[in-house]
Amino acid sequence: MSQTDKQFVTPNPWQALRSYTDARIGLGRAGVSLPTSELLDFQLAHALAQDAVHQPLDVAALLEQLNPLIYDCGLDPCHTLQSRVPDRPTYLQRPDLGRRLDENSAELLRQYSFSNHRAYDLAIAVVDGLSSRAIAENTLPFLSELCASLKDDAEEWSVAPLSIVTQGRVAIGDEIGDLINARAVLVMIGERPGLSSPDSLGLYLTWDPRVGLNDARRNCISNVRKAGLDYPDAVRKLMYLLKESRRMQLSGVQLKERSEEPVIDGAQTQQNFLISDVKP
Amino acid sequence: MVATSGSQTTQSQGYKYMLGSRTYQFSDLKELMAKATPARSGDRLAGVAAESAEERAVAQRVLAEVPLKQFLQEALIPYEQDEITRLIMDDHSAEAFAPISHLTVGDFRNWLLSDEASSEVLTSVRDGITPEMAAAVSKLMRNQDLILVAKKCHVASAFRDTIGLPGHLSTRIQPNHPTDDATGIAASILDGLLYGNGDAVIGINPATDNVAQATKLMQMMDAVIQEYEIPTQSCVLTHVTNTLEAIEQGAPVDLVFQSIGGTEATNSSFGFNLANLAEARDAALSLKRGTVGDNVMYFETGQGSSLSADAHHGLDQQTCEARAYAVARKFKPLLVNTVVGFIGPEYLFDGKEIIRAGLEDHFCAKLLGLPMGCDICYTNHAQADQNDMDTLLTLLGVAGCTFIMGIPGSDDIMLNYQTTSFHDALYARRALGLKPAPEFEQWLTRMQIFQDAGRFTPSAELPASFVKPLQRALGGNH
Repeated sequence: MSQTDKQFVTPNPWQALRSYTDARIGLGRAGVSLPTSELLDFQLAHALAQDAVHQPLDVAALLEQLNPLIYDCGLDPCHTLQSRVPDRPTYLQRPDLGRRLDENSAELLRQYSFSNHRAYDLAIAVVDGLSSRAIAENTLPFLSELCASLKDDAEEWSVAPLSIVTQGRVAIGDEIGDLINARAVLVMIGERPGLSSPDSLGLYLTWDPRVGLNDARRNCISNVRKAGLDYPDAVRKLMYLLKESRRMQLSGVQLKERSEEPVIDGAQTQQNFLISDVKP
Repeated sequence: MVATSGSQTTQSQGYKYMLGSRTYQFSDLKELMAKATPARSGDRLAGVAAESAEERAVAQRVLAEVPLKQFLQEALIPYEQDEITRLIMDDHSAEAFAPISHLTVGDFRNWLLSDEASSEVLTSVRDGITPEMAAAVSKLMRNQDLILVAKKCHVASAFRDTIGLPGHLSTRIQPNHPTDDATGIAASILDGLLYGNGDAVIGINPATDNVAQATKLMQMMDAVIQEYEIPTQSCVLTHVTNTLEAIEQGAPVDLVFQSIGGTEATNSSFGFNLANLAEARDAALSLKRGTVGDNVMYFETGQGSSLSADAHHGLDQQTCEARAYAVARKFKPLLVNTVVGFIGPEYLFDGKEIIRAGLEDHFCAKLLGLPMGCDICYTNHAQADQNDMDTLLTLLGVAGCTFIMGIPGSDDIMLNYQTTSFHDALYARRALGLKPAPEFEQWLTRMQIFQDAGRFTPSAELPASFVKPLQRALGGNH
């Protein structure tokens, strides 16, 4: 609380709970309204989040980051692809264009498949979405974890070369998976930035990808980032979905995520300080 | 047919209008409705919007001349193709419709605004109004009309408290946490309760959508509600099939949640149909957990969902939205809210479009008899800010909105958008004199959370019942 706030602001005795959550609790009040310092903090956070939406993905830097991993995993070089969206203002108003590859990108994948004659168990598309920062910060650590799990899995997983996509939406993975001849596609996409989380990654799994599928056919794991759902937990959930998807030959609402052991928050989930029978 | 200066309608040739030397032609009711809709990005994206301001104004004139009866004869989506059209047509009450059956859409606006249309009369004609009639008249109405008529529509619902009484505004505590962390969720619930929020529901959007996690969150909220004897209800906003499975496994389910849309194909993309909702409602009713009422459903809607699912059949997004209210009213919900600014700028571009949509949705739902609230919200990629939300909150407060969301400091750290805060609810209460649900208000006073319930002033001191919990949370460090 700033000096200026002290005189007319009623603080909240539970303010110290902020050490347990990023939520904006215990803000205190001026009358019943936000104190000036909290108002100004909010305005700055909103300004940063708006700016994050418009920052373009640095594809060259991402490729450089990923190269050692690609080599270690024995994958073919990445494909750099674009949607049919020409610029950011169009991206925001024309999701239909963000769901489709532009002609050059589609042709690149067709050529690859034609010369390659292969089918894959999984294609992975890394898509900027609404937060390039989410992609820049989470892609390498997440993929390192995922590649290790795929390699260690009892079943064999053949993985197509990565696609790096700019100005893309989730459904662009359908076209990519289809063209590259993959039985499932994983889309890693920058989620729309929150005030406290401009760096959140979303994962979408779709079995039998092809253009025109709707969202009921996908499974989603959201909020993947260091301060959110961390990489090992995200990969554990994803591996469950991948294996079940392949076993059942489907994805979406008929595929429930049941990787509950160990549950996200262990036995603590039901218990909390509001309930009196919790031992301190 | 002869095109004259003025509108003519025929069912076979569509709708025609001459303005000066220009003739405007609208091929069917669906196109006429879309072209008459106040401008918004989603209708432009769908390619159904008017191509000029003049065409929009002409379409509104033509729509004003359409008899309400026409909506019973000309289904916007064929009866055979869509279970929501069937629901609308099959459940229409000719008896309730009789007093307004001679009106055109334009007359209907006049009638709604007239003193003849009292709260009692509006209640009695409800079942005679189809969503399309409500959507059509809303397209001719200014924001103040939408507010004034909605204010006359009284809709109450109840579970452990009574929601929607005139002069009241309820709030949902939305204690979302990015990892469903129990302490984090509890901290947000405490914050909300101590700011006097939570009488509509304590409702969590789970970070991960599975039955086991949903069940744990239900158990947690149930324990809190029991411990402090809070006259409210809990809900985990998971898929209806998950909730049904949780009920079968013995979970303490108060409310069944589902996001719904106004076409069968939209709901199919959400992974459910009307039979699923009926089954889940029956299961929740069988638990008999309500104390003052048995409204057990909680629905969310929002303009643009049908287009987003490529399931709009060429309808404008506001008409699709109104059709979702036919789904909602079939299942007698405790709460419905439109998540008005969540979907993004491709559907509602800026603050002006979000505000208009919020008022339309609230009006149409209230007219159709739903306990309508609003998630007054925006995302960081929309051209909107807190000032736009203050405006919509104030307008909806005046209009008699049933409930709003409550989030610590407006920042949903899980869903990554901004909605109304616990402070915002107190602003609306003070500015407009709106009270929480009566059972909940008594609880706030009894628990010494409000030191002055008349002025909605929270206690400066920590209420006695929360001293020990806070000590448990903070241990010896504080």
